[in-house]
Amino acid sequence: MSSSVRQTKCRILQHECDGNFRRLVFEAPEIAALARPGQFVHLLCGGTHDPLLRRPLSIYRAEADQVAVLYEIRGRGTALLAEKKPGDLVDVIGPLGTGFTLPDSPTQQIVLVGGGIGAPPLSFLASTIAKSFGCERLTTMIGAQTAEKHICADEFRGLSVDDNACLLATDDGSCGHSGLVTDILRERLKSESLISPMIYACGPTPMLKAVALIAKEYHLKCQVSLEAKMACGVGACMGCVIKVHNGGGCKYVRVCHEGPVFDAEEVVWDE
Amino acid sequence: MNRLTTDICGIQMKNPVMVASGTFGFGKEYAELIDLNLLGAIVTKGTSLVQWDGNPPERICETPAGMLNAIGLQNDGVDSLINDKIPWLQSAAADTPVIVNVVGKTLDEYAEVARRLDGVPGVAGLEINISCPNVKHGGIAFGTDPSMCAEVVRAVRKATSLPLIPKLSPNVTDITAMARICVDCGADALSLINTLLGTAIDIKTRKFRLANITGGLSGPAVKPVALRMVWQVASAVDVPVIGMGGIMNADDALEFLLAGASAVQVGTANFVNPQSAIEIAQGIDDYLVTCGVEHVDEIIGTVQS
Ligand SMILES: Cc1cc2nc3c(=O)[nH]c(=O)nc-3n(C[C@H](O)[C@H](O)[C@H](O)COP(=O)(O)OP(=O)(O)OC[C@H]3O[C@@H](n4cnc5c(N)ncnc54)[C@H](O)[C@@H]3O)c2cc1C
Ligand SMILES: Cc1cc2nc3c(=O)[nH]c(=O)nc-3n(C[C@H](O)[C@H](O)[C@H](O)COP(=O)(O)O)c2cc1C
Ligand code: FES
Repeated sequence: MSSSVRQTKCRILQHECDGNFRRLVFEAPEIAALARPGQFVHLLCGGTHDPLLRRPLSIYRAEADQVAVLYEIRGRGTALLAEKKPGDLVDVIGPLGTGFTLPDSPTQQIVLVGGGIGAPPLSFLASTIAKSFGCERLTTMIGAQTAEKHICADEFRGLSVDDNACLLATDDGSCGHSGLVTDILRERLKSESLISPMIYACGPTPMLKAVALIAKEYHLKCQVSLEAKMACGVGACMGCVIKVHNGGGCKYVRVCHEGPVFDAEEVVWDE
Repeated sequence: MNRLTTDICGIQMKNPVMVASGTFGFGKEYAELIDLNLLGAIVTKGTSLVQWDGNPPERICETPAGMLNAIGLQNDGVDSLINDKIPWLQSAAADTPVIVNVVGKTLDEYAEVARRLDGVPGVAGLEINISCPNVKHGGIAFGTDPSMCAEVVRAVRKATSLPLIPKLSPNVTDITAMARICVDCGADALSLINTLLGTAIDIKTRKFRLANITGGLSGPAVKPVALRMVWQVASAVDVPVIGMGGIMNADDALEFLLAGASAVQVGTANFVNPQSAIEIAQGIDDYLVTCGVEHVDEIIGTVQS
């Protein structure tokens, strides 16, 4: 549960363009102090009646008095956000949601599995893990459509002890493994180069589902970060639910509040 | 002197701006973002006799200047409200009256929820959601059928001595007919409008955007319709009318007051800016000062044709 949250008009410090991706850095000391990996901020992109609602973006960095997000222009909301310039203000609510739970033992192997725009929150998680536990037991596996769409690859490389600890995959084979990132995960577990790792995953739902299945097969603990359309972002509207197991039955829980990070085994995947 | 004090059928409020049911949870969700004690009143999420699961996702969809929702009234039931949520609100928002939005699938359920809430400290009144368009076996039938509407208001009236505020559905041909029925059956005030039934289709997947297919439209897109209905109902009945539908700022709220609403509710705007209701109350006060009006009562229903 989020212990604390703020709404502030934040000054934009940097807004960099990389193809269809944007890296937005804004001044938000309180949010930065509270932010944990896996949490998100809810941004007012336009401030107009249309598009009306805020847009959720994962926290990519939270350092000193600055918060950064890394986003892809998908539709009108993100396109409006992309027009903002350094010096402009952006209305931000955050940090929101329940983020990743860090491993309790520093001796456990950790693997981060990311796909596409799922990489930014994992990058924040990787740097947090590196600070508390070092990088020795950290492996990252990141998939993207093409080499250009590997948005955080350099950071993951920087946090890996060797080339074997940072593995990339692309759909078109333009860099790293040609195919799915989950192929790499399966291969590493099979060859026992990874033993009983804790898995953290963020990316498109089919990828998360595949990771969850592998985790189940190998009896591994696995946390996944899910997406949903959101209105309030704070747990009030019940609009962003997913289905989870509840005793013998099921129930709906809020991605913005109980999530966006869930235990993979908790989630009802088949649907 | 406070220019904004408002009395809706005995519910004393420091200003006429409340937060609308389903858009503010049970208050706690927004407690870290705004001062709950500055709100006119808090209307809770629809509350049923037992816990309801709600609809499968997708439950919401943004539309031009608005949104559709098909939440399906997911809530933990009235016992959890009485044991946890109301006591929490009493300590965290002692200055703000709490109105409980009541939902049911049968007459008995409505009446039983009302009975359980009767005399519960911290409950200032009941808003009866006869109009929710989302639940297949619930709301819609009561709010759009004159005899069902009469029955539910009578049943709840018998079950409670609390101020009774039926919330009208806009999905009817003549909303004034429903309003009169509610008043004849014992309503102390009326709330309107609930959401307008709509849908949206994703042309890429050729599927409906909401799992429930239809949902309730809210936000700026509905304001002209809501304002027309509030004006019609306020002209037709003698009880106070609480107006809502697309109110985003003080100007919008003032239109509703001029049309005859004694108070307003802010819904979808909370999602965009959690400060909306507080800023709107301030904006109404500023307007009164600018116009040299001593009390908000003096402008209610003063629109000229
Ligand atoms: C917790 C969370 C964290 C997120 N973090 C990031 C991030 O770090 N970087 C990033 O680029 N994106 C992230 N997203 C997705 C981002 O919120 C959407 O891309 C954005 O809301 C699209 O808005 P738009 O107006 O540009 O597009 P729209 O015009 O609203 O939609 C364009 C497309 O995006 C899809 N979409 C819209 N809203 C969402 C949503 N809330 N979640 C998923 N898909 C959506 C629509 O179905 C449509 O296909 C996150 C989403 C969630 C729920
Ligand atoms: C997500 C959502 C949930 C809602 N839930 C309820 C509810 O439980 N009971 C109810 O009477 N109205 C409910 N409503 C309707 C609102 O209270 C209000 O009548 C409507 O949204 C119009 O006001 P607005 O345009 O300011 O949002 C809900 C609206 C939204 C957007
Ligand atoms: S977005 Fe409103 S409850 Fe999650």
